[in-house]
Amino acid sequence: MLSIKNIHANIEGKEILKGINLEIKAGEVHAIMGPNGSGKSTLASVLAGREEYEVTEGEVTFLEKDLLELSTEDRAREGLFLAFQYPVEIPGVSTTNFIKAAVNEKRKYQGEEPLDAVAFLKIMKQKMALVEIDQSLLSRSINEGFSGGEKKRNEVFQMAMLEPKLAILDETDSGLDIDALRIVANGINKLRNENRAILLITHYQRLLDYIQPDYVHVLYNGKIVKSGTKELALELEDKGYDFITDEADLAASL
Amino acid sequence: MTNVNYFKDQFEQLQDSGPATAITELRTDGFDTFNKSGLPTYKLEEWKYTNISSLFDKEYQFANDAQAVQLSDIDAIRLAGYEQANELIFVNGRFIPALSTIRSAASQLIILTLEEALKGEYQELVKTHLGQSSIYLKDGIHALNTSFIQDGLFILIPKGQQLTQPVYIYHIADARQQNTLSQPRSLIFVEENAKLQLTETYTTLGTAESFTNEVLEVVVKENAFVEYYKIQHDGLNASQVGSTHIHQIGRSYVHTVVVSLNGGVIRNNLNLILDAAGNETHLYGLYLLKGKSHVDNHTLVDNKQPNCFSNQLYKGIAGDASTGVFSGRIIVQPDAQKTNAYQSNKNIILSDQATINTKPQLEIFADDVKCSHGCTVGQLDEEAMFYLRARGIPKEAAEVLLLEAYAADILVQIKPEPLRNHIAELIYEHLSIS
Repeated sequence: MLSIKNIHANIEGKEILKGINLEIKAGEVHAIMGPNGSGKSTLASVLAGREEYEVTEGEVTFLEKDLLELSTEDRAREGLFLAFQYPVEIPGVSTTNFIKAAVNEKRKYQGEEPLDAVAFLKIMKQKMALVEIDQSLLSRSINEGFSGGEKKRNEVFQMAMLEPKLAILDETDSGLDIDALRIVANGINKLRNENRAILLITHYQRLLDYIQPDYVHVLYNGKIVKSGTKELALELEDKGYDFITDEADLAASL
Repeated sequence: MTNVNYFKDQFEQLQDSGPATAITELRTDGFDTFNKSGLPTYKLEEWKYTNISSLFDKEYQFANDAQAVQLSDIDAIRLAGYEQANELIFVNGRFIPALSTIRSAASQLIILTLEEALKGEYQELVKTHLGQSSIYLKDGIHALNTSFIQDGLFILIPKGQQLTQPVYIYHIADARQQNTLSQPRSLIFVEENAKLQLTETYTTLGTAESFTNEVLEVVVKENAFVEYYKIQHDGLNASQVGSTHIHQIGRSYVHTVVVSLNGGVIRNNLNLILDAAGNETHLYGLYLLKGKSHVDNHTLVDNKQPNCFSNQLYKGIAGDASTGVFSGRIIVQPDAQKTNAYQSNKNIILSDQATINTKPQLEIFADDVKCSHGCTVGQLDEEAMFYLRARGIPKEAAEVLLLEAYAADILVQIKPEPLRNHIAELIYEHLSIS
C-alpha cells in the first residue's frame, strides 16, 4: 500500500530525514518509535504534504501513485489520513459542517454522490458511538476550547468518518491521561481491519499496550536504525533508547 | 479638474429653476465651499489614501432621464425581505415615487421630498438639521453634494412608532449612455420612542462609469432605536463617496453595519455625533476586497455628553491588487465624562499586491473615560489551511471556509434574518469566485 524509498527531507535547509525505507501493506499496523528530534513527526508531515518540508531525494508510492506528486487534499482524498499531534483550533467553522464538507469532497473525488443531511447524520451517529464522542463537541467550532483528550478523540472521530486506507497517527497518545488514552486506543482498534493500514508514531511504549503493532521501527537521527516485532517495543521500554542509539552512533562513527 | 465649467452651468440652471428657499441658500453655501476647496486630493490628511479628484477626469455628468429605468431593472436587485419592506428607489440621485413602494401607513412613516417638507409643518426640522454634516465634513466633495440638493427625501418616523416594516433604499445609477454622477441627499428624523430599520444598496446599470456622491443625515431623538445597514456590491465601474451622518440628540440606540464587497473606489464616511447623555452606538464594518477595488472607511464618533457608550469593529480582507483603508477617530469632549469608547480594526492580506492602511485616532479632552483602540494586519492561518486540506478540502474551498468564518462575527450583527441570509449568500459567492 505504502512504499517509502530512501526519503531525504529538509526544513529551512536542515536535513531531518536522511534516507528512510519502509513498506506497509494493507491490514498491517506499524509503529515508529524514537527519541525526541529523531524525525518522527517530520515523516508524518512529509507524507501528508506539509509544504514547509522539501523532499530532496527518494520516492513514495501510495496505492500505485506517486504520493509526492499529489497535493495535500488529493492525498487525503486518495485515502491517506493524518491524525495531528496538535489539532488546530479554527474558530467560526463548525465541526459538523467541516466533516461533512470533507466527507463529500472525498466522495466527489471518487465519483460518488454527496451524502444528504439525513444519510450524513445517520453515519455520524454510528461513528460517534464508536469513538465515544459527544454531540455537543461536534456542534462547536473545530477544536475550539476542546481539552487535549477531546481534540484527540475528535481526530479519531474524523478518521472513522473518512474511512482512510492509510491512517498516520502522530503522537496521538501525547497529552492523554490513562482514561482518555484507553478511549482513544479503543476507537483506533475498532477501526483496524484487513483493508486498512495504520502507522503509529509514538515516543512511548504505553500506547502499544493498547494497540498491538505488527511491526516496530526505531527512528534515530533521520534513519530507521532497527526494525522488529512488538517485542522490540518492550525491549525499548525496558532498556531505554540508549541501547539502540549508542549502537547506531558507534556504527556511524566507524 | 475638468468638470468645473460644467458644474457651474448646472448649478446656475438649478438655482434659476425655482424661488429662493432655505435649500437654495444651502446650495449657494455649498457651491462657494466647492469653488474654494475643489475636490479633495492626497494633500488633505483625511484623503491621504484615497484619490477622488483623479476620478473626475472621467467627466461625469448628471443624468436626468430617469424614465429609462424600469420596474424590471429593480426586480433584479431586490434585497431579501422586500415583500415586507418600504422600497424607496433613487435613480441617478433623485427619488422616483413611481418606482417606489410604501407599505407602512402614513401615520407610521412620513415620506416627502425635501422641497415639500420645507413648505409644511416640518420646515423648522429641515432648516435646523439639513446640512449639519457640513460641520464635520468640510471638504469639496461633500460641498458638491450640497450644491445640488434636489429631489432628496425627508423621512420621518413619528413619536412612538415602532416601524415593523424596514425601509430599503435602492440607489440606481444609469450608466448605459454616459458617465453618470448621482448625488442623493436625504434627511431622516426618528422621533421619541420610534424605531427604524434602514438599508441602503447601490446598483449601476450599464458599462460606463458611475460616481455616487451621497449624503444622508439622520437625527435620532430620545429613546429611539435605529438599525442602519449599507450594502455595497456594485461593479468595478462604480465609485462612490457615501457620507452617513447620524446625530443622536436624545438618549438613544444606534446600530450600524457597512458591508463592502465589490466596487471601484469607495469612500464611506460614517459620523456618529453623541449629543445626549447615555447614548449608545455600535459600528460594524466588513470589506472583502478583490481585483483593484479600493475601499476606505472613515468613522468618527464624537462624544459630546457624559456616559455615552460606543463600540466599533471593522474587519477586512484584501486580495489581489486591492486596497483597504480604515481611519477611525474618536473624540471625547471635555463634558463627556464617563465615556466608554472602544474601537478595533482587523485585517487579513491575501496577496503581495494588496494594501491595508489603518489609522486609529483617539482625542480625549475629559479625564474620567475608558477608551481603547487597536488594529491588526495579518494573513490567513497556515496551520488551519493545512488542517482543512489534510482532510481533503481543496485549497480554494478551505480559504473560503476560513474567510467566511472570519466574516461571521460581523455578519451576525445584521439582525434581520432574511437580510442576513441574503448577505451571507453574497459573501459566499463573492469569496468563491476567484
